[in-house]
Amino acid sequence: MTDVTAGDKSALIIGARDVVGRSLWIDASRRMFANRAAVASIIILGIIAVMALLAPLLSPYSYDSINYHLISCAPFWWPDHHVPCFAGGAHWFGTDALGRDLFVRVLYGARVSLAVGLVATFVSLFIGVSYGAISGFIGGRLDELMMRIVDVLYSLPFIFFVIILMVVFDRSLWLLFLAIGAVEWLTMARIVRGLTLSVKETEFIEAARASGVRGHMIILRHIIPNIIGPVVVYVTLTIPSVILAESFLSFLGLGVREPLTSWGVLIANGAYQIETAPWLLIFPSLFMAVTLFCFNFIGDGLRDALDPKDR
Amino acid sequence: MLAYTMRRVLGAVPTLFAIITLSFVLMRLAPGGPFDQARRLPPQIEHNIEHDYHLDEPLYRQYFRYLDNLAHLNFGPSYKNRAFTVGELIEIGLPVSARIGLSAIILAIVLGAAFGTIAALWHNRIADHGIMSIAMVGITIPNFVTAPILTLIFGVYGLSLFGHHLSLPVGGWNDGALRNLILPVIVLALPQMAIIARLVRGSMIEVLHSNYVRTARAKGLPSHLVITRHALRAGLLPLVSYLGPAVASILTGSLVVEQIFGLPGIGRYFVQAAVNRDYTMVMGVVITYATLVIALNLAADLLYGILDPRVRLR
Repeated sequence: MTDVTAGDKSALIIGARDVVGRSLWIDASRRMFANRAAVASIIILGIIAVMALLAPLLSPYSYDSINYHLISCAPFWWPDHHVPCFAGGAHWFGTDALGRDLFVRVLYGARVSLAVGLVATFVSLFIGVSYGAISGFIGGRLDELMMRIVDVLYSLPFIFFVIILMVVFDRSLWLLFLAIGAVEWLTMARIVRGLTLSVKETEFIEAARASGVRGHMIILRHIIPNIIGPVVVYVTLTIPSVILAESFLSFLGLGVREPLTSWGVLIANGAYQIETAPWLLIFPSLFMAVTLFCFNFIGDGLRDALDPKDR
Repeated sequence: MLAYTMRRVLGAVPTLFAIITLSFVLMRLAPGGPFDQARRLPPQIEHNIEHDYHLDEPLYRQYFRYLDNLAHLNFGPSYKNRAFTVGELIEIGLPVSARIGLSAIILAIVLGAAFGTIAALWHNRIADHGIMSIAMVGITIPNFVTAPILTLIFGVYGLSLFGHHLSLPVGGWNDGALRNLILPVIVLALPQMAIIARLVRGSMIEVLHSNYVRTARAKGLPSHLVITRHALRAGLLPLVSYLGPAVASILTGSLVVEQIFGLPGIGRYFVQAAVNRDYTMVMGVVITYATLVIALNLAADLLYGILDPRVRLR
C-alpha cells in the first residue's frame, strides 16, 4: 500500500460519489435489451396488442356483420386462383363462412385471447403468490398441509375440471378467466414457497422481526419484493399456456360464444374448411403462433436477464 | 419398495376421492336436470324418470349410491345415450384411445430421445440449433393447429414419392388400420417429442461432460459404445420422471385429436358428453382418466427407482 495523501483521499471519495448504483432492475433491463429475440418479441407483441385494441378503427367492417354475398371468399391477393370467390375492398384476410371479415375477427380474437391470458394469469399470480408465501413463511404443520393439498390438486387432470365448470355453469368470459386462473396457480405456489423459504432465513427478515414488524407486513413488504424476479419470469411463461388453454377450450366449442370470437374458435372454424378456404386456418394460427413464440422468447430473455448465473 | 408402493397406492385414495366428490358436487350444482326438455313432461312421468335414476333421493344417499356403484365398477347409465351404460361406452372407447396414446408415447420417446442425443452430441453446432428450433416450434404450436395443417399436406394434397402417390386418410378409425393411425399419432406425439428432445439434450450434455464418460473414452472405448453403454443410461433417466406428465398431456391432447380425426375414443365421447351435458358420462370419463394418470405416475416413479440405484424409495 503506497502513501495516500489527503488530496487523493478526497478525490477517491468524490469519485465514489459519482458512481451511480446499479440496481438489479437496471442491470436486468440492460441485459434484456441486449437480447435481440426478446426485444423483437416485445415489439411484435406490442404491435399485435395495439392492433387488437384499435381493431374497430383499422377496418371498415364490424366483427359480426354477416354478408351473404361474400361467403368464404379469399383475399384479393390470394395466389391460388381455384377459390370460390375473391373479396375485394379491405377484406385483407378474406371472409369466413358467414361472409364476415376475417381480419377484424382475428383482431377481436386477439382481444379475447390476450385478455384471457392477462386476467387469468393475474388470477393465478394472486392465488399462487399469496398461497405460496403464506405456506413458506409460516412453515411447519400448516406448510406441510398446504403443500399436500397442492400435491393432490396437481395429480388431478385439471383441464377436465375446467371443462366440467364450463359445462355446468353457463359459459361466460368471467368464468373462463377464473377457471383457467384457478388451474394455473399450483406451480406458482410451489415456486413462491421455495423462494420464501430461502428468503425468510436472511438477516433483513430477522431484523424486521426483531423490530416487531407483523407477519403479514413482512410478507408484503420484505418477502414478496425479494422474490419478484423468478415470479415475473414464470408469469411470462404462464401467459402463453393460459392462451393455449383458452383456445383449447374454444376449439372444443366450450369457450367464448358467437359472435364473439377467439383464436381457438377461428382455428376450429378454419380447420373445418381447410380444403376450400385455407386462409381461415392460416391467419388465426399465424397470429396465435407468433404471439406464443413472442411470450416464450420474452420469458427466456427475462430469465437470462434476471438470473444471469443460470445461463 | 413394496412398502413404498403400498403407501403410494393408499395415498392415491384421497386424491381419487377428491376427484369423485368434486365431480359429483359440480354435477349436482348444475342448473337444470339432465332430462329437461323444451316441452315439460307431465309431473307423474317426470317423477317416474327421476325415481328410475334415483334422482328423487336425498343428495347424500345419491352420493353413497354412486360410490357404492363405483366400487363395483359401475359408472351408472348414460343420461343421453340411453341404450348404453357409461361403463359400456368407456369399454368401447378406451382401447381406441389407449392404442393411439401408447403409440404416440412410444413414438415421442424414441424420436425425442434420438433427436435430443443428436443435439447433445453436436452441441452448439448446426444440428443442435436446428433440432432445438424445431423443438421450440413443436412446443409452441398446439396440436389443434398441427392437426389440420398436416391433414392438408398429407391427407388432402398427398405426397408423391418415387412415382407413388401417397395420401393418408383424413379421419375415421377403420378398425384401427395403420393408415388411419399415422396422422393422429404423429399429431399427438409432436409436442411431447419436442419436450423430450429438449430434456434429453440437457441431460446428455451434462452426462457427456461427466468423469466416467471421460474415463470410458480415455480407455479407448469406441465412441458409439461410450454413448450407448455409458452415456445413454444416465442421460435418459430424466425422461422416466417426465413420463407421468407426458401421459397426462397426451390424454388431454387426445380430446382434440380424437375430435379432429373422428376417432371413436373416450376423449371424443367426453367432449360430446360435455357439450350434451351428459353428466354421468362426463364423470365416468374424468374418473377413468384420473385413475389412469395416477396409476401411470406411480408406475413411472417405481420405474425410476428401479433404474436409478441412487434413488431409494422408502
